[in-house]
Amino acid sequence: MNARRSPAGLVLENLTLTHGRRPAVHHVSGRFAPGSLTAVVGPNGAGKTTLLRALAGLHKPDSGRIAAEGTARIALLPQLAALDRGFPIACRDVVMQGLWPRLGAFRGASTEDRHRAEHALAAVGLGGFERRAVGSLSAGQTQRLLFARLLVQDADILLLDEPFNAVDAKTSADLLRLVRDWHGQGRTVVAVLHDLDLVAREFPDTLMIARDAIAWGPTEQALSAANRLRARMMAEAWSDEAEHCHRAA
Amino acid sequence: MHDLLIAPFAEFGFLRRALVGCLALSVSAPVLGVFLVLRRMSLTADVLAHGALPGVAVGFLLAGLSAPALWFGGLVAGLLVAVGAGALSRATGGREDATLTALYLVALGAGVALISMGGGGAADLSHILFGNVLGVDDAALLLMAGVATLTLVVLAFAWRPLVLECFDPSFAAAAGARGGAWHLAFQALVVLNVLSAFQALGTLMAVGLMMLPAIAARHWAAEVAGMAYAAVGIALGSSLAGILLSYHADVPTGPAIVLVAGLAWAVSVLAGPVDGLLPRLLRRRHMAG
Repeated sequence: MNARRSPAGLVLENLTLTHGRRPAVHHVSGRFAPGSLTAVVGPNGAGKTTLLRALAGLHKPDSGRIAAEGTARIALLPQLAALDRGFPIACRDVVMQGLWPRLGAFRGASTEDRHRAEHALAAVGLGGFERRAVGSLSAGQTQRLLFARLLVQDADILLLDEPFNAVDAKTSADLLRLVRDWHGQGRTVVAVLHDLDLVAREFPDTLMIARDAIAWGPTEQALSAANRLRARMMAEAWSDEAEHCHRAA
Repeated sequence: MHDLLIAPFAEFGFLRRALVGCLALSVSAPVLGVFLVLRRMSLTADVLAHGALPGVAVGFLLAGLSAPALWFGGLVAGLLVAVGAGALSRATGGREDATLTALYLVALGAGVALISMGGGGAADLSHILFGNVLGVDDAALLLMAGVATLTLVVLAFAWRPLVLECFDPSFAAAAGARGGAWHLAFQALVVLNVLSAFQALGTLMAVGLMMLPAIAARHWAAEVAGMAYAAVGIALGSSLAGILLSYHADVPTGPAIVLVAGLAWAVSVLAGPVDGLLPRLLRRRHMAG
């Protein structure tokens, strides 16, 4: 699981994503380089989640395209709120959902797979939780559980939507260590985040987005004061009478 | 004891057929019910059953109480309501539960009116609405067994995608689990099971064997698979006891089976180990850590 992997990246070519006709992501071009660790930041409603869903193949581009570099097995960590946390399922079975790309609907899980699930639970600090129901976990524990599922899934590109929301300091430190491990193993990680101090500290690259890409590059430059101000103004400039966009698709 | 439990089945072929049919139904329908409960769609099956009524009524007008005609009419009408409600609510921006409610009220009214207009007396109406063990002829029995078999085979393949889709739809979609396609197959299975139930249970009660055991099962298991087993167990018991009750007390089979399943539900709510009322009263000391 820790072997160096063939690098996989994602390239955006003039990508526009819309809800109805309203652009959520507007003419964005750039590259998540293979093995990069990128934070996606921006105000609420800036299109961060939409971008992540498009990268995962869940949102069809209105124009432009997303191209994969190399063999890209992509894993998505959805926002915690998107989950039915009352669903009657045991922790081990959630972790083993990460085996879906390999096992599909019908192939059986081997003893080794079960051990991997147990190791993953232990790695996120949930050792001994195998039979516990998901409904009995706190938000932070649930997030740890979803990280265990990502560990089992063993993807080349990891898309994390607000992985440290509603999570205490100890948990986010533990989970951050896993993100660093993934980066060290040569995986490509893209994370939507709100904590800019954390981004500045831990993430080499940053995409600041407010529908348009405000800045995309080394974190230090992307998070400049001028860029932060521009992002906020873009997000607040919202008009129902907006004209049709004539930029080349 | 023998007279009470065995003799009716030994004596009457139609009771044996009804029992076998209901047992077949008990193996498949409650499992679908468990997923309906988990997806917060408990009312959907009920709406589908009501929606099937006009089709059943048209079948009755054209061919009398013949199983294939009733069944085919119901299938067409049920699928129309299922697909139509989704499409209509999307097209009009309305809420699907409201559209479903409107459709099934109209369907119920139209169904009863059609049967009366076609010269169906109170006995025919009662047969169609509440079921009649005499209605389970060989054709109906084959149908019920066939639907149960098909359901179990499809569920075996759909189990993981359905669980994945219920629990975490984004992850399911990103992992390529095709939750949407399985959801459609699932809905088709619900319609098939409701219709296979209505010969014995009637259109109004067809959903009873699907939903009541599933709702009761929540109190007996903490995981989906356990709930499915509990629901099937409750349904099997309710079928047997309900048919005996129907025979001895001379009430229609549908209400009899539903009442027994309802009793099982009441017991589950009171005494079930998961969120039951009594276990909560007998408070145990909390653990030290």
